[in-house]
Amino acid sequence: MSKLLEVKDLRVSFNTYNGEVQAVRGVNFELNKGETLAIVGESGSGKSVTSKSLMQLLPAPQGFIKSGEILFEGQDITKLSNRAMQKIRGSEISMIFQDPMSSLNPTMKVGRQIMEGLIKHQGLSKTNAKNKSLELLKLVGIPNPEVRMTQYPHQFSGGMRQRVVIAIALACNPKVLIADEPTTALDVTIQAQILELMKGIQDETDSAIMFITHDLGVVANVADRVAVMYAGKIVEVGTTDDIFYNAKHPYTWGLLGSMPTLDDDEEELFAIPGSPPDMLNPPKGDAFAPRNEFALEIDKVMEPPMFKVSDTHYAATWLLHEDAPHIEPPEAVKRRMQGFSNTGSKDDKKK
Amino acid sequence: MTQEKLLEVKNLKKHFPVGRKEVVTAVDGVSFDIHKGETFGLVGESGCGKSTTGRTIIRLYDATSGEVKFNGEDVHGKKSKKELLKFNRKMQMIFQDPSSSLNPRMNVMDIIAEGLDVHHLVNNDKERRARVEELLEIVGLNKEHATRFPHEFSGGQRQRIGIARALAVEPEFIIADEPISALDVSIQAQVINLLKQLQRDQGLTYLFIAHDLSMVKYISDRIGVMYFGNLVELADSDELYHNPIHPYTQSLLSAIPLPDPQYERARKRMHYDPTIHDTSGPMEFREVKPGHWVRCTEKELEQYKKQLKN
Repeated sequence: MSKLLEVKDLRVSFNTYNGEVQAVRGVNFELNKGETLAIVGESGSGKSVTSKSLMQLLPAPQGFIKSGEILFEGQDITKLSNRAMQKIRGSEISMIFQDPMSSLNPTMKVGRQIMEGLIKHQGLSKTNAKNKSLELLKLVGIPNPEVRMTQYPHQFSGGMRQRVVIAIALACNPKVLIADEPTTALDVTIQAQILELMKGIQDETDSAIMFITHDLGVVANVADRVAVMYAGKIVEVGTTDDIFYNAKHPYTWGLLGSMPTLDDDEEELFAIPGSPPDMLNPPKGDAFAPRNEFALEIDKVMEPPMFKVSDTHYAATWLLHEDAPHIEPPEAVKRRMQGFSNTGSKDDKKK
Repeated sequence: MTQEKLLEVKNLKKHFPVGRKEVVTAVDGVSFDIHKGETFGLVGESGCGKSTTGRTIIRLYDATSGEVKFNGEDVHGKKSKKELLKFNRKMQMIFQDPSSSLNPRMNVMDIIAEGLDVHHLVNNDKERRARVEELLEIVGLNKEHATRFPHEFSGGQRQRIGIARALAVEPEFIIADEPISALDVSIQAQVINLLKQLQRDQGLTYLFIAHDLSMVKYISDRIGVMYFGNLVELADSDELYHNPIHPYTQSLLSAIPLPDPQYERARKRMHYDPTIHDTSGPMEFREVKPGHWVRCTEKELEQYKKQLKN
């Protein structure tokens, strides 16, 4: 598989009145052609900031990339001028935003919003752009595209609006598609439709998708690989199966444990105590240590490096060090790792 | 569980006038009972009228028609101030968005104690403070938090303040309208655990409104599924999950994403097509099996009954 995007030791900070907020503190990952990488984490873990810095959409001047490289097809895009970046943004790398309500222009007809990128990036004539937009609207499953083209965003429902946003993002056949919580604002049934749509489009266009979400159910549905972020760092990364069936980091355990199973009688949910750290003064040592019941003494002093679990699976926790005591994940988490849907699938068999 | 009815909702309707002639029928004849000490879950897509139902029950909206009985007494209709006060004390609400449901210019002490003041439950400042501190402790906050303002808290903590405010007047019944949708996954579990524990300790009854079926399944004893202003199915939560009858419930269940990649790869999603329903007779809420109700016509009822036997 070919590397399309490589992020090396990315650090992003924001200047605020209270000081420098270190939103992203040394993130490394790569994105290959045709794969879906999910980035999971709580709000404030730096997942959206990471994605925005890939697109150079950080609010200037307070948000800035402190250090690190973002290599897109071998070229470091952090060094590019605004002008050069404009050529990449929307054509090579494009983005689907969380809230379809606020990411569309309310005063512009939907058709023109889709055509805009086509005319600008691909130099299409107006008629060609129009035909292409009609195709795109059909592709994302909007019925009656000829009529819909001439309507305004407020005439669309939430799910339909998100389809328009996806159509705009896909307009120039981007190599990388960044989806920042694309289904969070939608209902479950609509969410399922949008996810199916995105998977179908990926099969056709072979683009790479970076999927940002906090919903593990969605991750299990779409992702090939998963990176778990906490306090501006990736704490565990692996294939979807690695993360869901063989998680090693206590934070990942916590995330899995806090999801309710559909089991009949379940005791308390395994909640992660406390709340995420203040990134104004990131804690010394392992940022997760204060919320971690399995924290070791060393966690308070030194940050754990990435330990290798397998060729595809890495986790940053001292528990994986050879001198560390062997700790088993809590029972509730273990049960979830054996298959969340056990009761569900048994049921299906009954039918 | 005792089968004593705490709340009876009968043919409740709420219509909102839009413009001069049009009317939105947000809730169109919903009936259900809530038993003492249970958690009743209400699920559905956005816009199906589940929040309106909750808000009408607690009299934030006036019902267009139908009745709500709490402990045998009608909630709606003309009431004296005294009666209203008595009723307000028994029923409380937890709102979805903890940042907009707390007054930003009041400190936590005043927010929580507002109910205490209104109902004259405390006699002096010392008692007031003691009660607020006790409540803060119940919901897992510190007494030092009492002097702070809402903006100083995280979303999860704010929701805890909202819960403490609801608990202050010792209600019997709490309506929780999407209390966790605005929170992070790890914090959601904390709040759900807290709600469950409070129910055990204080014998509360909940109406839990949400669109997240897996959380609702986890917390509820019985679940009602709403679709376009109507209840389409109502059953024990296990029964609903194992034997969903109404096609809409089936499609809703098939759409829940589960954190299990193998299951997700094999998942088959069902689409709901409202046109498949039989239209030969009136649609009514009928009992398919003791405790399991479905909105259907006479003909469909027979068909569903057969389906259940297999």
